[in-house]
Amino acid sequence: MIEVRNIIKSFEGKEILHDISTTFYAGKTNLIIGQSGSGKTVLMKSIVGLLRPDSGEILYDGRDFLKYNQHELKDLRAEIGMLFQGSALFDSMTVLENVMFPLLMFTKQSLAERKKRAEFCLERVNLKGADNLLPAELSGGMQKRAAIARAIALNPKYLFCDEPNSGIDPKTSLVIDKLINDITHEYNITTIINTHDMNSVMGIGENIIFLNKGHLSWAGTKDDIFDSKDDAFNEFVFASDMMKEVKMYINNTK
Amino acid sequence: MLLGKVFTKPDKWKVFFKRYIDEVYKLGYDSIAIVFTISIFIGAVISIQTQKNITSPFIPSYTIGMLTRETILLEFSSTIMALILAGKVGSSISSEIGTMRVTEQIDALEIMGVNSANFLILPKITALVTFIPVLVVISMVTGLVGGYLVGVFTDMFSPAKYIYGLQAYFQEFYIWYSIIKSLFFAFIISTVASFYGYSVKGGATEVGKASTDAVVVSSVSILLLDVLLTKILL
Repeated sequence: MIEVRNIIKSFEGKEILHDISTTFYAGKTNLIIGQSGSGKTVLMKSIVGLLRPDSGEILYDGRDFLKYNQHELKDLRAEIGMLFQGSALFDSMTVLENVMFPLLMFTKQSLAERKKRAEFCLERVNLKGADNLLPAELSGGMQKRAAIARAIALNPKYLFCDEPNSGIDPKTSLVIDKLINDITHEYNITTIINTHDMNSVMGIGENIIFLNKGHLSWAGTKDDIFDSKDDAFNEFVFASDMMKEVKMYINNTK
Repeated sequence: MLLGKVFTKPDKWKVFFKRYIDEVYKLGYDSIAIVFTISIFIGAVISIQTQKNITSPFIPSYTIGMLTRETILLEFSSTIMALILAGKVGSSISSEIGTMRVTEQIDALEIMGVNSANFLILPKITALVTFIPVLVVISMVTGLVGGYLVGVFTDMFSPAKYIYGLQAYFQEFYIWYSIIKSLFFAFIISTVASFYGYSVKGGATEVGKASTDAVVVSSVSILLLDVLLTKILL
């Protein structure tokens, strides 16, 4: 579980996150949604430590990592996996080497053990047979799956996904969503996904927070969406004609 | 501040040494061909130009070998080669690290808890600094051979006199002087290029600009340092 308490973050005097407090639960896919520029990437980067908030607390199962020294921070990072928007696979390494990399850096496993674990992770994300390919030789969806395999190589307790469906087709997006959701439940990971993909929201939104201009405007689950009274949230979720029709249909059949 | 992060103990020495060897291959070994080619031609040109400029019958013909040697040893093999390497190696370093920055590969290292500056930059600096003496010596030998070949294949001067000239009034310290200078230049090339690559913000355009800036800044720094080191060492 990750608790965020009263996080404030500014850039050059301009406040981007205004006193955000929320909880992300273990074994659930927690979604941060919002329009571009709403502060969701800043919030995720603050939680994961790529940005330092001006004030507030971020508790990883009760441990406030903002008070950690470099050594403690390094230990905590071994419990974190992250899937980046562009996959961020190391392009000089093969897929297998990418997945083996965290094991090489943070475990004392032998080459055979590392290889076995990496192959297991690649099999888990249905990417068998791509071991010796370079990232540039993979499709967008395959790159995401390889990045997920690398993120779970060290059995993380916390998994962060920044726009996991950006740049991939809707069908592959569903596969990626299902994979992240399955892994979250299977290993009881606290997964936080930063997205504005409504298919993800409706499909795997077990705990959703909506950011509007740096404020936490709405929180709930995918089942609460159609009952929301928050105007900004409704404008965001039901922006497309299709979603408007879906809402109308659901409300009429209630 | 970046150098503070770079010069720390590597997370894993085994990984560091593997990366060091890779960088020696990429930055050093891969530069041998260009160093060889440029040096042999410049050596030939220097000997031709020297021969053309010696018109007085009172100047002995072995002077051609002597002047070719002095030019190659004192300036060409260290400073001019460093300027060429600033273009080849410097742009390669800054564009590689810059691309890693904009594609979030550096963020991925940081999230994993890897000191990205140390992991990426230290092997490059150590590789170039330790391998550049090899390039300098290759440049010296091939440059002098270039001049010799002019004597062999033309009738501009006698190869024997050229060889005699190479040995006349020879000062061994000039070789060390050149190698010492090259160590400083290698440090400048690798650190400046790494800094520009690591600090990139934006996309492909910014990576290209960082690469160009790295080459310009390291070239100017090399020339300034050349003046300073020459004043100190000679």
